[in-house]
Amino acid sequence: MNTLFDKIWDKHVVQIVEDGPTQLYIDRLYCHEVTSPQAFAGMRARGLKCLRPQQIFCMPDHNTPTHDQDKPIADPVSRRQVDTLAQNARDFGLTHFGMFDRNNGVIHVVGPEQGLSLPGMTIVCGDSHTSTHGAMGAVAFGIGTSEVEMVLASQCILQAKPRSMRITVNGTLNRGVTAKDVALYIMSKITTSGATGYFVEYAGEAVRNLSMEGRLTLCNLSIEMGARGGFIAPDEVTFEYIKGRPYAPKGEAWEKAVAEWSTLKSGEDAVFDREETFDAADIEPMITYGTNPGMGIGISQTIPEPASASDEKALEYMQFQAGEQMTGKTVDYVFLGACTNGRIEDFRAFASIARGRKKADGVTAWLVPGSWKVLEQIREEGIDKELEAAGFEIRQPGCSACLAMNDDKIPAGKLSVSTSNRNFEGRQGPGARTCLASPLMAAAAAVTGVITDPRDLL
Amino acid sequence: MKQKFDIIKSTCVPLPLENVDTDQIIPARFLKATDKEGFGDNLFRDWRYNADGTKRDFVLNDPTYSGEILVAGKNFGCGSSREHAAWAIAGYGFRVVVSSFFADIHKQNELNNFVLPVVVSEDFLTELFGSIQADPKTLVTVNVPEQTVTNEATGQSEHFDINGYKKYCLMNALDDIDFLLENQAKIEEWEKKNA
Repeated sequence: MNTLFDKIWDKHVVQIVEDGPTQLYIDRLYCHEVTSPQAFAGMRARGLKCLRPQQIFCMPDHNTPTHDQDKPIADPVSRRQVDTLAQNARDFGLTHFGMFDRNNGVIHVVGPEQGLSLPGMTIVCGDSHTSTHGAMGAVAFGIGTSEVEMVLASQCILQAKPRSMRITVNGTLNRGVTAKDVALYIMSKITTSGATGYFVEYAGEAVRNLSMEGRLTLCNLSIEMGARGGFIAPDEVTFEYIKGRPYAPKGEAWEKAVAEWSTLKSGEDAVFDREETFDAADIEPMITYGTNPGMGIGISQTIPEPASASDEKALEYMQFQAGEQMTGKTVDYVFLGACTNGRIEDFRAFASIARGRKKADGVTAWLVPGSWKVLEQIREEGIDKELEAAGFEIRQPGCSACLAMNDDKIPAGKLSVSTSNRNFEGRQGPGARTCLASPLMAAAAAVTGVITDPRDLL
Repeated sequence: MKQKFDIIKSTCVPLPLENVDTDQIIPARFLKATDKEGFGDNLFRDWRYNADGTKRDFVLNDPTYSGEILVAGKNFGCGSSREHAAWAIAGYGFRVVVSSFFADIHKQNELNNFVLPVVVSEDFLTELFGSIQADPKTLVTVNVPEQTVTNEATGQSEHFDINGYKKYCLMNALDDIDFLLENQAKIEEWEKKNA
């Protein structure tokens, strides 16, 4: 009761269907090329137009190659999906940031950086990592393609209201511990289904002290705990980040918006359906050893004994044994990027370790900015030159090896240290073995060729 | 995909694993279609087939098991929101998935594609896996009007939840867009109030 989630959700209720779901108004819909074509086809089959086209933004990101984006995509099936999105945006009158457009990038990086995702909004996309936008103080969550069609047609969806949960992280984060480690730590404690059915508000000193980029990373991973979404109440950090962005309110409208956004917080008397509290001091750099994101440990720990047939299957797939250390394992691939860790701060973190060192010979490293804007900033700050000097190449923006829908596939059996969000079997390519970690851990692996505690290199 | 639900009585395909994610149900490289056809052929692709296309030791390749009901361990459908997972399950021929726990988005995706997710207790699930192991011809009855699921081998029966609205949709083969389009006046009213 009286949580920020209640306030935003309740304000957007159009009606509660008798013995049924809630009809919820959606302020912002994002569409990418993979989960939207069947929704647009459904609209055509029914002869419908979009109810509020100005609230819908489209961009391809999953299939886009991370090199030669000025040329047509070589894979004809990928190309058709990307072209279909462009055609659908034209036909239905929607804004489209096409491939190679300087506004293009991974949707969950672009939305916040364009000022399209704002506090107090309801935001959806046919993508589970839509929870990312919760960092702006919005109620943001992933939906299926049928629901994308609902929003195209009516700017509404039908959903049961999730329960509310507050996750508080008290204290100050240790050196070398990032938002990614906080998320992997929480998952390792509550499991990958620990927050299913809930909408999470992150709170506490350690969360408050995160930069906007860190908050986006934390909220991004809400779905990996099973949560519908996760958000952080907006504050000065949020307002400072939004100010001046292309689609942010300007002038008088800005003052009015900030005054309204400043009221967006849970009441002192707020009652959550569930509360979890953690101490930042307990968190060290994290890495996953299994095949779901909840299977993570602190870098100084050893792989635990399997507790189920699923755990055994995971260790067998990863070719790891219970009781082993993760440090020292040979790394074949390193991936920096994705909607989780493809922002400027992530490249700064990676560079803080790679700077003045050399990429290990046995490692293939894919460094993929989350958007063209991120890439521009990397160049402005000279990070590209530093990384090139260390033997790294920066690629063009897209989802890339997070889910390997483009050419960036990790070969079968190879071990990858990845800043993405999922270590599921085959996620980065059939047979690929993925260890999720922070940009610092990824950089430490890239320069040493083995899994390494990044604190040793800071 | 729209089809009316009433009473389904069928043998089952058992998948006694927890945390089955949608990347396993349908790997990302099969998400490039622009229609909903053919996903059933690639259901659990990398558990069903080796890279060279030969069959692996997996329940969908075992002729002992068949039916319209998939029985899976808890937290079924976690991970990616891809509705292609529901299209693959429906396309393969399953009409019901029984588990003790479903991930939120996938559960909604199943319902929106006329695949019924039936949540049962851990006890019921364990006993059902046992029954199927003892006799692959074990029948399960899912009675949508009564909202009951019955293990016919043991007679164990449970009530399952589904909201009245969605139950009406499933039993009458109606979808949410039909409903939303009828409610446009309410949407515009909300917009005026919140302008």
